[in-house]
Amino acid sequence: MAGEDHRERPPTGGGAESHVVFEGVHMAFDGRPVLRGLSCEFPRGQISVILGGSGSGKTTVLRLIGGLVHPQRGRILVAGHDVSRLSETQMYGVREKLGMMFQGGALLNSLTVFDNLAFPLREHTTMSEPTIADEVHRQLAAVGLRDVDHLLPGQLSGGMVKRVALARAIITKPEILLCDEPFSGLDPVSVKRIEALLDGVNDQLHITMLVSSHHIPSTMRMADQVVLLLENQTVVGAPADLRRSPDPLIRGFLTEEVADQRLEPAALGGAW
Amino acid sequence: MVALIREIGWLTVRFVHHLGSLAVFAAHILRAAITPPNRFRVLVAEVYNLGVLSLIIICVSGLAVGMVLGLQGYNTLERFGATGSLGAVVGLGLIRELGPVLTALLATGRAGSATAAEIGSMVASEQLDGLRMMSVNPVHYVVMPKALAMTFVMPLLSALFIVCGLAGGYFVGVMLMGIDGGTYVSGLETSVEFEEDVVGSFLKAVIFGALVGLIATYRGYNSEPTSAGVSAATTSTVVVASVSILIVDYFITALWGV
Repeated sequence: MAGEDHRERPPTGGGAESHVVFEGVHMAFDGRPVLRGLSCEFPRGQISVILGGSGSGKTTVLRLIGGLVHPQRGRILVAGHDVSRLSETQMYGVREKLGMMFQGGALLNSLTVFDNLAFPLREHTTMSEPTIADEVHRQLAAVGLRDVDHLLPGQLSGGMVKRVALARAIITKPEILLCDEPFSGLDPVSVKRIEALLDGVNDQLHITMLVSSHHIPSTMRMADQVVLLLENQTVVGAPADLRRSPDPLIRGFLTEEVADQRLEPAALGGAW
Repeated sequence: MVALIREIGWLTVRFVHHLGSLAVFAAHILRAAITPPNRFRVLVAEVYNLGVLSLIIICVSGLAVGMVLGLQGYNTLERFGATGSLGAVVGLGLIRELGPVLTALLATGRAGSATAAEIGSMVASEQLDGLRMMSVNPVHYVVMPKALAMTFVMPLLSALFIVCGLAGGYFVGVMLMGIDGGTYVSGLETSVEFEEDVVGSFLKAVIFGALVGLIATYRGYNSEPTSAGVSAATTSTVVVASVSILIVDYFITALWGV
């Protein structure tokens, strides 16, 4: 429910080491500016939610951290590495500290669920196949999935895809987990399930988590810090602080108010 | 007039740009091919997808082309009283030209388009980004095995096409038109030279395979991440690869007499 804050969390800001830092980052696509001088920090071991409307740059922030795109200006420090200047080959070393849960899952369609989870372990570890199998089953159980080893991604429901994607993202025990719209396209029950899983991952593994979302209720429940991307400003703070903000733009976004505007027939082009 | 010249200039610049990108892409594939880890299992799977699953279409097409070649060849040679040379005509035509070229065109339509579509859909569904985030080079895992597999299977498919074509020509010439079977085979045997004809055909097929593999993977990898982009990549793969095969075939034939 919007406004409820169930998560017990330590106070933000004071003393929390920054794991990811944005300094004056400008990003544009085909001349269209998306980020205008974004400067913010994401504390280590905490859940930071990047909130904003469609096209505000939420996914872009995650892709910048992952080095999938590079900014036109500014600096991005990820675990001490300036990823805005690294080549693709150099990024592979940094990405071993990252895990990413894509909006659509990004599971490899030609591999079964088992092989999708085993893939990063086979690529980057010398684990034996029995050990890999144990780890895969452990992760699947952790996200509440059983007897799905043999299924292909196309045979999974939307919620199952998200859970498999989450399991794959954390199976290599990353320091930083990036989640792109984990609640999109899910029913309310599945949203709560994913939210609980993300909370559990953060509690048990103490992974720094950056979640992009426009799902306000879940954001306010799970976030330690909210980075709100508005059209002309970026607001950073704890959920409770943002909820108390007198700024009408912030309050309007968080309470999902939409200006009630009656359309005149002329505006409809005289369709009726 | 000025607008036309500007358009031609712009198209030329784009063409050269794409040519350069293609060359850089080919260099990435070659580097991936010699960089560990080896992708043998993925390569074998791609050989199956591109080669084994194309067997039926290659065999049927080869048989049909051989039968038509036998029929047309007989009709033409009969005018000159040289029907005994049918084996040589069918053999040389298939081995030197029709085998590698038609095989490449068929493979482009079936396997090349499927490759471009598969990679394009992986781009659209962020699977390649997912690989990057798992510190796996998508060129190494996805592109290189497909390109190498296409280069490997093309000469094999071409050889199969030729064999089926020779069988088709034999069926028409000997079974239907009444040419002596021994004459057909001996004509084939005496006219075909291993180094000049068979090796040349093999090399043509390898070059065509590399060309189709490169173009299909390039178009898929650089497609727009939308369904329209995947569709455009698939279509352009077939068109560009087909035209490229025919143009390269001319230059190979003109320069090396293969």
